[in-house]
Amino acid sequence: MLRRALQPGLSRGVLGRGLGTHRGRSTLGKVEGSGGYRGSWVAPVSSYVTFRTRDPTHDGKTVGRLGEGDQNGKVSEIKKKIQSVLPRGAWNPLRDTSYLPPEHSDVVIVGGGVIGLSVAYWLKRLEKPQGAIRVLVVERDHTYSQASTALSVGGIRQQFSVPENIQLSLFSVEFLRNINEYLAVVDDPPLDIQFNPSGYLLLASEKGAAVMESNVKVQRQEGAKVCLMSPEQLRNKFPWINTEGVALASYGMEHEGWFDPWCLLQGLRRKVQSMGVLFCHGEVTRFVSSSSHTETTSGEEVTLRRIHEVHAQEEMYLSRCPVCGPGPPSPPPLVPAGEDGPQPGVPACGMCPRDQCGRGLVWPDRRAGWCREGAPWHPAGHPAPCGAEEKGPGLETPFVIDASGAYFRREGLGNNYLGGCSPTEEEEPDPGNLEVDHDFFQDKVWPPLAQRVPAFETLKVRSAWAGYYDYNTFDQNGVVGPHPLVVNMYFATGFSGHGLQQAPAVGRAVAEMVLDGHFRTINLSPFLFNRFYLGEKVQEHNII
Amino acid sequence: MAAPRAPLHLVTPVWNRGTRGTRGLSRAVAPEGSQKKGRSLLQFLADRFYDVQALREYLLRKQVLKVHQKNRPFTYIRERFGPHAAGAYFILKQGGAVKFQGKEWIRSDARGHFSLDFLKFQAVPVEAVDASGCAINYQGLDSVCEWAETAGLFICPSVVGSRKDHSASPPPPTVALKELQSLWLQRCPHVDDWCLGRLHPLANSLQELSLAGCPRISERGLASLHHLQNLRRLDISDLPAVSNPGLTRILVEEMLPSCQVLGADWAQGLPSGPEEQSRDTASPLPA
Repeated sequence: MLRRALQPGLSRGVLGRGLGTHRGRSTLGKVEGSGGYRGSWVAPVSSYVTFRTRDPTHDGKTVGRLGEGDQNGKVSEIKKKIQSVLPRGAWNPLRDTSYLPPEHSDVVIVGGGVIGLSVAYWLKRLEKPQGAIRVLVVERDHTYSQASTALSVGGIRQQFSVPENIQLSLFSVEFLRNINEYLAVVDDPPLDIQFNPSGYLLLASEKGAAVMESNVKVQRQEGAKVCLMSPEQLRNKFPWINTEGVALASYGMEHEGWFDPWCLLQGLRRKVQSMGVLFCHGEVTRFVSSSSHTETTSGEEVTLRRIHEVHAQEEMYLSRCPVCGPGPPSPPPLVPAGEDGPQPGVPACGMCPRDQCGRGLVWPDRRAGWCREGAPWHPAGHPAPCGAEEKGPGLETPFVIDASGAYFRREGLGNNYLGGCSPTEEEEPDPGNLEVDHDFFQDKVWPPLAQRVPAFETLKVRSAWAGYYDYNTFDQNGVVGPHPLVVNMYFATGFSGHGLQQAPAVGRAVAEMVLDGHFRTINLSPFLFNRFYLGEKVQEHNII
Repeated sequence: MAAPRAPLHLVTPVWNRGTRGTRGLSRAVAPEGSQKKGRSLLQFLADRFYDVQALREYLLRKQVLKVHQKNRPFTYIRERFGPHAAGAYFILKQGGAVKFQGKEWIRSDARGHFSLDFLKFQAVPVEAVDASGCAINYQGLDSVCEWAETAGLFICPSVVGSRKDHSASPPPPTVALKELQSLWLQRCPHVDDWCLGRLHPLANSLQELSLAGCPRISERGLASLHHLQNLRRLDISDLPAVSNPGLTRILVEEMLPSCQVLGADWAQGLPSGPEEQSRDTASPLPA
């Protein structure tokens, strides 16, 4: 009861200061009397909820200066504050509107998957003082039925070619290892992400052997525990493997394996909720921004924008029963206000003046996984019922990635394996459809795996699913950091299949960028958005 | 698929002592029923007062920091007396026992004191480590394996793993020496699957490993023991987090063919009719 009285008070901003605890800076923004937000007297009638953002910490990245027009703003602010105190204002002791998202917040995160929640977590963790900023996460499907996180195979590895990727992965491993310290919530049971420390085994043919060797050198320099194996060593270690066509293999001894991504997602969700992050169940439809024209040092005209409002179409009355989602996935939801038309998959990039850079950069890519039952296995000392059979890969099986791109890993103890392959860009199916194409399995996945592991010739498919890759067609690396022309927008996307394993580290990097303006721990400047303008590719070769 | 575990609630003994004096000290991991009344009051207060919530979070963090403090590396001793002495000191400080090659077992007494004579042994390798019941975690095991690596105990010829903090070039591969042969980690509450993944540098010398009774080890961690090809005795009995003990034991036996695996009977877990088979805990390792 006490808490309910506190909450509407706190949401009033400056006036609702709370009982004795200093809550830091006030949340800025203007209060509108249209209803449909927390603290409103009127029941929400429209399906649109507007809330505004303003990022007070962002500074200094622009070329010119932005005019704020403060005088008029202040007067109307005071007016609105007075209005909110009077009856029919924002404070409402009788109706509990705490389930609605707030009218204004400091940071709005579009997307509540593992990356979005990780950013929210680190924002709340690194903010000074505690409780200073209000973070809102907008997620359109709280069941995560089509989210990449939930449909991911869940692997984590350090075997990349770009040093920054290796560092991100190493930090994420450390985060996962100490997950119960990072994400501990008092009175809740500890998380068990079911990590299998079995390592990754990458196989390379003659063509790729030199590249693999140089990659392993880079990986070892960054601190990854990876070793190179010749085909003979491979045969000794893993007798079930057929080393025909394999020139070199790299094997991760430690800090590599796979885990349960759903558990990580739920753990993050639980923790960020306890830290005070707010959730909005809806889909972002547009931004409302202001623009200002400036000149660069060389005299070119440039338009800088600042987002003031994020409009989201909310699912009415579903925030209490998050069972049904908003329907089949629509094309990427962000239709920027009036600029170049929607680019598929590009997160609100339509504001850039040059139209060749933003096209088709980040694409929802579809890849499928199959869960298969391996060759029947018999306990030691029992005769095989039907003659000699090849023994399937046992408990020590790492996550094997063949040179052809097909991969598999052990699943559980019952001789089950999980495998799959990413389609090439030419074979890319329609991203709107998550139906599994079993012919793809027969033609592209099974033959290379059966050739690599002879025991897989007798396997049967048990189940299959398809999921999305946030595929960056430019260089298959993530896009992290601010938009050069939209002053208060930051990206964390395009990870092309390794977003899950880099999520904790990327979340921290984005939080540092938002709060401090630069990267502190891991320098991700090669992953900034500017590289698309400059045409500098940071190509990642080890993509599954 | 994983074994259902009783939820481990991180209850802070200090706080309970403060509210209800008659309850007395409670253990860090308490079964749910006995703590319900106290916790619901605490939860009630924590939901309504930020100060109570902050205090509880602080106490929780302190508990975690205590374990970290116990596992801190002793860098000064390592620089002064060498990696073997540092590792031995670390184990003895935790309450374990150490046996140097050719010497007797060194243990700490009931009050945690132990003689420091072993610091005089220069370059005498440690043959066996008994860390049963100690609060050793990944960080502690990391320092144990690190001193094993730098002492040249084992470096896999195809792995020359250089770490970021070593500015010099990686150490040259050496011939594997017969050094740490036995490692006992029975009933260690913080040893988990990650720690088992850390044991691979000991592969050439380790012959005996005991993990009996560790509550956090599951079959996923046991899968990473395949690096330890010289292992002759492995005790994986009484692991509550392993979902299928009999099957796991068979799979581990297949994985390590020349190793004698002490664990649950393979028939355990198979449906055996209305009578429940009594749990077959393996006998302790012969001295």
